[in-house]
Amino acid sequence: MSAPALELAPKAEGAVPALELEDLDVVYTVRGRDRQVLRGVTLTVGRGEAYGLVGESGCGKSTAALAIVRYLPRNGRVRSGHIRIDGQDVLARSGGDLRTMRAEAVSMVYQNPGTALNPAIRIGKQVAEVFTVRGASRAEATERAFESLKLVQIADPSSVMHRYPHQLSGGMQQRVVIAMALAKDPALLILDEPTTGLDATVEAEVLDLVAGLQAQLHTSVLFISHNLGVIAKMCARVGVLYAGRLVEEGPVETVLRDPRHPYTVGLLRCIPRGGVRKDHGRLDTIAGFLPNLGEDLPGCVFAARCALAEDVCHTEEPPMHQVAGGHLSRCHFHERAQTLPREESADLELPRVDRGASPLLQFDELGKVFQQRGHSVHALTGVSAAVWPGETLGLVGESGSGKTTLARTLLGIIEPSEGKVSLAGQQLAERLSQRSTDEVRDLQIVFQNPDAALNRRHAVRRILRRTLYKLAGLGGAAADERMLRLMHSVRLAERYVSAKPSQLSGGLKQRLAIARAFAGDPKLVVCDEPTSALDVSVQAAILNLLVELQAERQVSYVFISHDLGVVRYVSDRIAVLYLGRLMELGPSEVVFDGPHHPYTEALLSAVPTIDGGGRERIKLEGDIPSAASPPSGCVFHTRCPRVLGAICEETEPPLVEVEPGHLMRCHIPLEELRRLQRAPTETVRA
Amino acid sequence: MSATVTAPAVGRSEAKIARRETLGRLVRSKTFLIGSGVVLWWVFWAIAGSRLTPYDPVAQNFASLQPPGSGHWFGTDQLGRDVLSRVLAGARDTLEVAPLATLIGIVGGTTLGLVMGFFPGLVDEVLGRMIDAFLALPLIVIAVTALAAVGHSKWTLIAVIGLVFTPIVGRTVRAAVLGERDLEYVQAARLRGERAPYVMFVEILPNVMGTIIVEATVRLGYAIFAVAGLTFLGFGVQPPSPDWSLQIADNYALLNARNYEWTVLFPGAAIASLVVAVNLIADGLQQVLDR
Amino acid sequence: MYRFLLKRVGLALITLFLLSVIVFAAAQLLPGNLGRNILGPFASAHDVAVYNHEHGVDRPLVSQYWTWISHFVRGDLGESLEYNVTVGSLLGPALVNSLKLAALAFVLVVPISILGGVAAALRRGRFADRAITIVGLSLTSIPEFVTAIVMIVIFGIALQWLPVGATAPPGSNFLVQIKYLLLPSFALVAVLFGYIARITRAGVIEALDADYTRTAYLKGLGARRVIVKHVLRNALLPTIAVVATQTGYLIGGLLVIEKLFNYNGIGQRIYVAAQFKDFTLLESGVMIVGVVYLVATLVADILYSVLNPRIRVGGVE
Repeated sequence: MSAPALELAPKAEGAVPALELEDLDVVYTVRGRDRQVLRGVTLTVGRGEAYGLVGESGCGKSTAALAIVRYLPRNGRVRSGHIRIDGQDVLARSGGDLRTMRAEAVSMVYQNPGTALNPAIRIGKQVAEVFTVRGASRAEATERAFESLKLVQIADPSSVMHRYPHQLSGGMQQRVVIAMALAKDPALLILDEPTTGLDATVEAEVLDLVAGLQAQLHTSVLFISHNLGVIAKMCARVGVLYAGRLVEEGPVETVLRDPRHPYTVGLLRCIPRGGVRKDHGRLDTIAGFLPNLGEDLPGCVFAARCALAEDVCHTEEPPMHQVAGGHLSRCHFHERAQTLPREESADLELPRVDRGASPLLQFDELGKVFQQRGHSVHALTGVSAAVWPGETLGLVGESGSGKTTLARTLLGIIEPSEGKVSLAGQQLAERLSQRSTDEVRDLQIVFQNPDAALNRRHAVRRILRRTLYKLAGLGGAAADERMLRLMHSVRLAERYVSAKPSQLSGGLKQRLAIARAFAGDPKLVVCDEPTSALDVSVQAAILNLLVELQAERQVSYVFISHDLGVVRYVSDRIAVLYLGRLMELGPSEVVFDGPHHPYTEALLSAVPTIDGGGRERIKLEGDIPSAASPPSGCVFHTRCPRVLGAICEETEPPLVEVEPGHLMRCHIPLEELRRLQRAPTETVRA
Repeated sequence: MSATVTAPAVGRSEAKIARRETLGRLVRSKTFLIGSGVVLWWVFWAIAGSRLTPYDPVAQNFASLQPPGSGHWFGTDQLGRDVLSRVLAGARDTLEVAPLATLIGIVGGTTLGLVMGFFPGLVDEVLGRMIDAFLALPLIVIAVTALAAVGHSKWTLIAVIGLVFTPIVGRTVRAAVLGERDLEYVQAARLRGERAPYVMFVEILPNVMGTIIVEATVRLGYAIFAVAGLTFLGFGVQPPSPDWSLQIADNYALLNARNYEWTVLFPGAAIASLVVAVNLIADGLQQVLDR
Repeated sequence: MYRFLLKRVGLALITLFLLSVIVFAAAQLLPGNLGRNILGPFASAHDVAVYNHEHGVDRPLVSQYWTWISHFVRGDLGESLEYNVTVGSLLGPALVNSLKLAALAFVLVVPISILGGVAAALRRGRFADRAITIVGLSLTSIPEFVTAIVMIVIFGIALQWLPVGATAPPGSNFLVQIKYLLLPSFALVAVLFGYIARITRAGVIEALDADYTRTAYLKGLGARRVIVKHVLRNALLPTIAVVATQTGYLIGGLLVIEKLFNYNGIGQRIYVAAQFKDFTLLESGVMIVGVVYLVATLVADILYSVLNPRIRVGGVE
């Protein structure tokens, strides 16, 4: 059951809000100097309300959460302001009072449930502690722990209670953490990026659970995230945080539909939404760099990057203006915020992909089996596809889908157990060391994490020159000249040439990684989650860069990402992987709009989007099966909401071209799927 | 072209600033300063040797077993030698042997660690087992056994200690290399067609340098510790060197008479000061270089 | 867990085997031939050959090794070249003495170091932490005989609380024996404290910084309960491993301490054997020290796997 965004619970007269932050200033002391991380933040979360706090890295949102529960790191402190939970002053409490408040009034759920649970204590005891700390006896606490686990829809609570955290899957662990949080029926529940890092379908489960419980228990929620889609789904009101200042606040639909602060406007334009694709033009970006945590910013915190900024913005801090009832904006010029000029011109010339020509990259029946602790893990089975020059093949799938294994196999980093890869008609050697320099140069990769992908001890100059030397055979002055041109083409300013990666921001590092990949003028670049580690505003710039490079050089991409909006923007065709098998392959509009494979359908419905509405969410039961023992027949049949019956359990469907250019691996005929997916409330269950 | 705003100006100067910052933090670390001071003091005396001591360290001219007093600030020993002069001159042999042994251990161990960390599988397993077997024995047992076999001289001492250090350093370096090997920049290097030696020494080694430097200073401390112990046992530096451990070995039996402590306390304090100083330097380096 | 243990025991046996090969090979590398070394430079070549033949040194190496190892495993360690009695009769009492001293030192140093490490971690960055760390560091770096001498001077000579030698008169009861062993034990505690405390400190700090500690505090639990029930359980695991690695030193590596206190332990035996080139005694002594170390680390591994749920119980079900 998907919950609509929660409405405000009817406020009883004089009802005390669950959370009140009043002019909160938090500073961190770094090397003797105070750096201001939160500046005069004022917000209120009403009873039974869900409030979303959104911002990019360095905005201070996690600091706000830690300040509320009084768990700031040793060098952090609240310099001024008030925090009240349920009317009680939090800052005045200490010792036993503080413990009581934590035990009864407020709970926190944060990212990475695996580390939030003590690996050496059984689940049952950890959950029971929530009750024993309030004086319950051991037996009573165990009983109530059992009830809590049932509340979060864990099927077999007594067996789970007996286990240790490492024996549970990620989704299950997060349920346990949520159970511990809600077991005490707190006045305020704080969620700090609770689903980041979880698979899309698992994330959807967890979010639904939280929404359901919140409606049931009337808990007030402070939901912190960088993901506007999740906030749109879960919250009634939203506050936008930038450099420690609340710059805009209001009801969720209003803020998203009618933003009144240039930062919000810019941010919303950066996100690929509503099915926009690269053919429609560039994504907009926000000029400049995200400020560092605690940076000194006179005047309006956003003035340095704002295209609408005038003199007054640099000298005078704007107060919170009332735009309409409940909608506030901290901008001198909030009425014309939406006239913010585009940072990037939308025009983009994209050459058409010539399907008549022979494909650039072809892989046939690729398979890979790993040996892990005595088990055979089938990471890839029978995957075949082709990529044409100048096109982008998007690769979509959750953990265990095999997309990373596929990327590494194409590059020769991993040897396949079966199948072959051909580039421009020539079969490539399985192992990287056996490939020719030309082949190596033509097939490159951009990794997800630029911190790990760049040698932190080598300067930019060294990284690029060495690559030019090895792949393009250039040295001396010719290499220098080419290096500068490369840097220019990725918009990496010349003055960074002597810098080491640790001195560059995330976006700059990724540009360097892209420059390195393009040094030898490759024909195909594999992009493995290239923007997943970057903030939204930075992501847009990198995506634009990749698309521009493709337009200029006719390079092809195999683009892997878990973010469906990004994949849709960038890809010409999409391949959907599940448990190492190709489930669907086709042009991106066809795959996204349907009719499509039931797994694709479920995946699309699971991802929360800013525009919301539309799809009815399809619930997938259980966790993704292990690749060590894949299910029989169609590997998706154990979770498929449209499973036909015995045939899905016994026979693996072949990959069939159901319409020109569109392949699918499903027993259900295309017309049947078209009919079923048009009327989403109907399902076929034998 | 997106405007680049307020990004810090980066260039050659930035790298220099980073280096200067590291040095600055080192200098501000009290442990590092005290340690360096003491070590420099002893290095000075190792170089100056018997030329600057109040008396000749090996001359046996004086009344034996005089307690500390005017003329002999540290007293005299059994053979009538001035303890102060011997203490001051005693640094030389230790400071000749220990750093060289450490150097051998570091160079050998780094190579070993790089190879073991970079080539997993059979090479790593076999070498690892052999190192485990070797290191089941305490250093001093190995050293004594080896020195009994090959005889004791300064060079065998250096060789044996260096040889025993090699697997110990190798293990530490291997662990650091394993931490780096799975990072994508190593794969990126392979994707340029780089060969194994290049990747090991040009890509990975600079990133484990911090670990190696800290390990080198810690090993130096252990080397001094080992030389002291072996000399005390008679397997290290030989008489008539005024080495501190030899002084203690010569005179400790006197303690049974519950007297004459000065003959052993002062050289003992000298050893302690040197070795603690080296470890303080190591501690300071670790605090600054730890990444 | 059982699979893990089986693997560990197997590994230990292999290492043991390799150790025996190394020790044997090292003994073979020693220059000179046995007969010549024992009988001296003036014995005739014929006598030397006879002697060598009697002692089996002219057989192929592999069969010599096999003879040695098969006897060793059965407890027959051969005869000492110097003393003409069985090696076993010399090493047996020596081993017992070493174990006594090691046990006392162990009992003293482990609790003190753990307390020190935990205390330093809980007051991280403050004066107590720096003090404990620096003191530990300094004491550890000072060679044990120097520390021992200082202790002798203070406790034995100046204050006259404790006897200067380590060997109690024969027939003394348990407590008197301990009294005599206290001085050397103190020296050992000084040497080991810094290292064990540092590892403990690091383990506790890592646990304090972990997310699960934050979860515990945010449940409203008090500091004492969080530390005892949540932190220590995870923090002390590395300490176990470290303590085990020190047993080799404590039992066989105390050559210097034993010489200083004139204590008849295994270290002393090895030292004397090395001096007089008594190779059978030396071989067996070194081998025993290695065996003790490998057994200790194996026990530590078993303990570790029992205490660490990730190993004791399987993975995701």
